[in-house]
Amino acid sequence: MIDDSTTAGTDTASTPGVPVLTVDALTIGIGSRNNVKSIVKGISLSLTPGRIQGLAGESGSGKTVTSLAMLGLLPSNAVVGGSIRLGDTELVGMSHRQLNDIRGRRIAMIFQDPSSSLHPQLMVGTQLTDHVKRHLKLSTKQARAHAIELLERVRVPNPDEALSRYPHQFSGGQRQRIAIAIALACDPVVLLADEPTTALDVTVQAGILHLLRDLADERQLAVLLVTHDLGVMSAIADDIAVMRHGEVVESAPRQAIFSTPQHAYTRELLSSLPGAEGFQEATQ
Amino acid sequence: MGNTPRATRGYSTRSPLVGYLLRRLGTSVLLLFGVTVVTFALANLVPGDPIAAALGEGAASNPATVEAYIQERGLDQPLPVQYANYIGGLFQGDMGISLRTAQPVASDLAKAVPATVEIALLAIVVSLGVGVALGSLAAYRRGKISDQLVRVFSLIGLSIPTFWMALVSFNFFFLQLRIAPGAGRLSPVLPPPPTVTGFYTVDSLLAGQWVTFTDALAHLMLPVFVLSLFTIGLLTRFVRTSVLEVLDADYVRAGRAKGLSGSRLLFGYVLRGASLPILTIVGLAFGTLLSGTVLVEAVFAWPGLGSYAYNSATSLDLPGVMGVGLVVGVVYLSINFAVDLLYGVLDPRVRLA
Amino acid sequence: MRKRWLKIPAAWVTPLGVIGAVIAVVWVGIAFTARLWVPFDPLGQDLPRLQAPGIDTLMGTDALGRDIFSRLMTGASVTIPLALMLVLMSLVVGTLIGAIAGYFGKWVDELLMRLTDLVMAFPTVILAMVVAAALGPSLFNAVIAAFVVSWPQYARMTRSIVLGLRTQNYVMAGRLMGFSPFKTLRVDVAPNVVGPILVLASLDVGTAILLLSGLSFLGLGAQPPTPEWGSMISAAIQNFDSWWIGLFPGLAILTVVMAFNFVGDSLRDIFDPTSQVSRAGARS
Repeated sequence: MIDDSTTAGTDTASTPGVPVLTVDALTIGIGSRNNVKSIVKGISLSLTPGRIQGLAGESGSGKTVTSLAMLGLLPSNAVVGGSIRLGDTELVGMSHRQLNDIRGRRIAMIFQDPSSSLHPQLMVGTQLTDHVKRHLKLSTKQARAHAIELLERVRVPNPDEALSRYPHQFSGGQRQRIAIAIALACDPVVLLADEPTTALDVTVQAGILHLLRDLADERQLAVLLVTHDLGVMSAIADDIAVMRHGEVVESAPRQAIFSTPQHAYTRELLSSLPGAEGFQEATQ
Repeated sequence: MGNTPRATRGYSTRSPLVGYLLRRLGTSVLLLFGVTVVTFALANLVPGDPIAAALGEGAASNPATVEAYIQERGLDQPLPVQYANYIGGLFQGDMGISLRTAQPVASDLAKAVPATVEIALLAIVVSLGVGVALGSLAAYRRGKISDQLVRVFSLIGLSIPTFWMALVSFNFFFLQLRIAPGAGRLSPVLPPPPTVTGFYTVDSLLAGQWVTFTDALAHLMLPVFVLSLFTIGLLTRFVRTSVLEVLDADYVRAGRAKGLSGSRLLFGYVLRGASLPILTIVGLAFGTLLSGTVLVEAVFAWPGLGSYAYNSATSLDLPGVMGVGLVVGVVYLSINFAVDLLYGVLDPRVRLA
Repeated sequence: MRKRWLKIPAAWVTPLGVIGAVIAVVWVGIAFTARLWVPFDPLGQDLPRLQAPGIDTLMGTDALGRDIFSRLMTGASVTIPLALMLVLMSLVVGTLIGAIAGYFGKWVDELLMRLTDLVMAFPTVILAMVVAAALGPSLFNAVIAAFVVSWPQYARMTRSIVLGLRTQNYVMAGRLMGFSPFKTLRVDVAPNVVGPILVLASLDVGTAILLLSGLSFLGLGAQPPTPEWGSMISAAIQNFDSWWIGLFPGLAILTVVMAFNFVGDSLRDIFDPTSQVSRAGARS
């Protein structure tokens, strides 16, 4: 099953312009049988290699839940309907055993706060290599060499030394770079980024965003950028979908969203943005 | 988890852990002095007559004998002087002579402490193994039937009167089923192994006495089982809470998002993350184990610290009681100290500045 | 922003608490009324000795020809009220000392907390045993001894709560408005302490019963012929073959302690003081 999906994935990934991941009429409810709270109410999205799809909305709009659903990481009392397809593989309803071959291997994720998403008691090297050994069947030595390459690519200084250090010994921005390296370690086709800069200092946010942009371009990654911050969106997203109360109210290329917003809610979000100067600061 | 390094300022040249440990060592020594004061005061509250208890009715009616005894032990001096003498003796390893056994307290305790520590260590290992297994299971299956069962089981473990369980299991496994050995540390026909550590299991192995080893181990089974029930309950509940907290942590979600699962996720991420709170409770559990031994040793005629404490307390043996207080205080504080050290081993944020 | 997905459904918490509460109420009822309806005089020695359980004597008789059932039921009126009284005493004294330490801080705090350290450096049973032996064996002295070892936990908990509150704005506001220390403690602090202390106390009733019966088992508490459960069990040591002498009093202790533990544990789920505090702290 690994071999199958790998071939399928490579095929799709090498065809620019064709979506690798399609979400169709996705619904998510949380709760017990008679008392299900509907969180996502039938949204559709598609992620294309080399493009960054923004998913904007306030907290509670269902955007984080949507990204977790793509990895099958929702709690056990979640009810998922509709379809999420990776290439030709349907992810909704897949067993955890099958999902484990996709998580980290085909679809990877980076989280909001790298100081909590990295294990504080495990060396960076361990966290960079354990899934590589599992998914790609590399030896410890090969995995280590691979890890050093990755750290170099995300510009963590002294990669060799960094492997045997712990997360708390790095700055917030470096930690997020490490988290990105971990996510990219198995060369996934899809990268989910959930508020990747929200927990970081304003001064390092732009660096992380540019790194994501560059990685999307050079690796033909299909990126889902989940954030409430339209400033972040404007910096790197190609397309933007605006979510509210579990529905996508507007979906369009970035330019269109910022110049001619159609939906009243989108305009409301835009009006809450800081002035143009504030923008520039935040994104440079 | 919010565990910040417990660094103390003023030790900037050393790692924060070293400074912290030094400070802890200092307070521990002070606390031990407090322990001796408390036990000394308590033992002197005794309304009974320890001299009569020590000499027996006949000798105690002879004023000359009593006078000689008082002179010999320095009991005619004021209490602060007696206390100072006792502390002075301690520095030379002299804990006084037991009024009850007429032996040096230090050598009495040297025999009793290993007997108890042998049970307690084994019980803590058993409890930790079972507690981590059950607690993790309950946390992974939160809200399911198995979680509910584990919860009831651990609450029952916390509710069992240890001394009663000792009695019932002794009655059942020894007297009825005859599959457990009788009371004591060894069968009466076997001589104790040569003393190295004082642990019969270890010493018999060192001496190559296989029969003695299996016999000693068999004698340990029931006391360890009975003692473990309470600590298993304690640890299970605590492990469940800690694991639940960690399962909710971002780094475990990140581990899952990497495709890790099963034992790699449980041991590498979840239990490692929960190890600090679990360690803390293991230290506490050791204290409850020492409490439990007093009651369990009474039933199994185990010649340990609990029996010694009980006999000293009821025969108003002041040096004996003080010796027990001191040793127990030392054991307790060294456990805490070991826990602090392990904190440093398990948590790089504490170990590395 | 993240919800607690896995909140325990109330449906499976309550049964345990309800079962516990029912058993506890039954035992408390027995404690207050037993003397009125037990079939035999609990101290009367006029039955055949060491008689096995049967129709006349439900739980058999002991070595002195006393009815174990009657002694067991009357025993509830010895242990349960004393345990409740002990918990109340520890609660009042411990909470007060903890509040004082937490509120005044500085050397008062230092002194009181070193005192709790001192008590807590001893395993409870060993310290209680020494105190009981020093005071002389009697049930009353056993309660005193148990009190000596059980107040510090209340002091510790109250102190930590008060310390946390002291810096809260509304408490500061009260002090600036000129509230006296005792008014501050009563108005601003007490409501926050009640929940956690109640949970601790309900779990402590079980511990108190175990400790008191343990001391009596060692001969340091209730004296013959008082029908106390712990001393009834110790009488069984002399008559190993008459299993009923020891079995039933132990079951009595087990069921009472279990009942209070069930109640306390369910209360903890309701108040859940520690885990909510730490969660809120971690997320903010």
